[in-house]
Amino acid sequence: MARVRFTSHLVRHRPAPMIEAAGATVAEVLAAGLAGDDLLRSYVLDEQGRLRKHVAIYLDGTVIADRLRLSDPVAPQSEIYVLQALSGG
Amino acid sequence: MATLWVGSRKGLFRFERDAAGWQSAGPPAFLAEPVSAFLDDARDGALYVSLYHGHFGCKLHRSDDRGLTWVELPSPAYPRSDAPDAPALEFIWCFAPGGADEPGVLWAGTLPGGLFKSTDRGQTWVLNAALWNVPGREAWFGAGYDHPGVHSICVDPRDSRHIVIAVSIGGVWITRDGGDSWVIGGYGLRNEYMPPDQAQTPEVQDVHLMAACVSDPDRMWAQHHNGIFVSDDGGMNWRESLGVKPSNFGFAVAPHPTDRDRAWFAPAQKDEFRVPVGGRLVVTETRDGGVTFASLSNGLPQGDACDLIYRHALVIDHTGQRLAMGSTTGGLWVSEDQGAHWQLLSAHLPPIACLTFAP
Repeated sequence: MARVRFTSHLVRHRPAPMIEAAGATVAEVLAAGLAGDDLLRSYVLDEQGRLRKHVAIYLDGTVIADRLRLSDPVAPQSEIYVLQALSGG
Repeated sequence: MATLWVGSRKGLFRFERDAAGWQSAGPPAFLAEPVSAFLDDARDGALYVSLYHGHFGCKLHRSDDRGLTWVELPSPAYPRSDAPDAPALEFIWCFAPGGADEPGVLWAGTLPGGLFKSTDRGQTWVLNAALWNVPGREAWFGAGYDHPGVHSICVDPRDSRHIVIAVSIGGVWITRDGGDSWVIGGYGLRNEYMPPDQAQTPEVQDVHLMAACVSDPDRMWAQHHNGIFVSDDGGMNWRESLGVKPSNFGFAVAPHPTDRDRAWFAPAQKDEFRVPVGGRLVVTETRDGGVTFASLSNGLPQGDACDLIYRHALVIDHTGQRLAMGSTTGGLWVSEDQGAHWQLLSAHLPPIACLTFAP
């Protein structure tokens, strides 16, 4: 199963432990891994299922290409990191 | 004892007044998180706060113990669509409780251009489809944001199904059946930055804030981009207040809860400057229904002030005696004599988005 880790900046708002989930795409992995935690899901994706504008997902070291449908293919041992751009003042 | 809630760029602050006067009630809730809207619901004492996270979206929290603890609730969500440009919640701009006869009912005004209703104290939300699809909304557009937004929701205390809302930029809309259908109001508003033949088109009026007199809700006030307007028929028709000094431009209005002819405004130099005229921060007050205005400055900075007062940051309490005002540069003032004298509570807060007196 793929493993998903979340930025500590997200953990500040919601419990977000590392999860393991199966799926053929990033969307499927997140759907399986976040099933039952709609609030955590809403920090990563908007209500249309799109990756939030200032959130990035790295899949095995490469930023994903499909931010709208998260269709990037996932291998069984893939590592997924959910990050965000730092900004503010 | 009185309580003033301060929704800021970096958290929800609280100030308390006791016999010794006003003072901060301690560290803020949600330190570092931008607050976009706040509600202290007089019907059951619940608090609602919306946070505008830069990365993780708009989030909603409720407290049932006056702010000691908070529970996160699902945010309003637009209906699911496969369209690449399908709408998604940007932020909640305002809350309004339903009527006293509607326990648990809440309204939320949002960007992009949405009005949501909850019937279960914010646990679930439904987009008002009648307003979303109303003919005329294709003329709406964003003002300072990418999309139009609903910032004013006035529920008639005499009839909870009679609701008047205002949109930047999208005019004034009225329902008398609880949101099942809407008609455009705002006749008489004038938006001078539009092409001349469009200046009085109701659907493109840039109302910055609209508010009603609690005891006489047919008397409504609007601080419009273009000036100050008054309505005597619940927002359908309006007349403009002319010759308002030092400026008719601003964002906020605070109507007296029982004196229909009395209201307070926070003027600024229009419109690309958006600072107090001449660097002198004042509040203007009318006591005659918007015919004449007095300028109130006692206790406010009278030189080099850059304080701008956002639309939800000039408020009056239920007694009509106490006013509060917060600025974009972190100034917070209270007046306990209807604006005659102002007391600085803090000059060092984050930019202030919204103020609320506990009911």
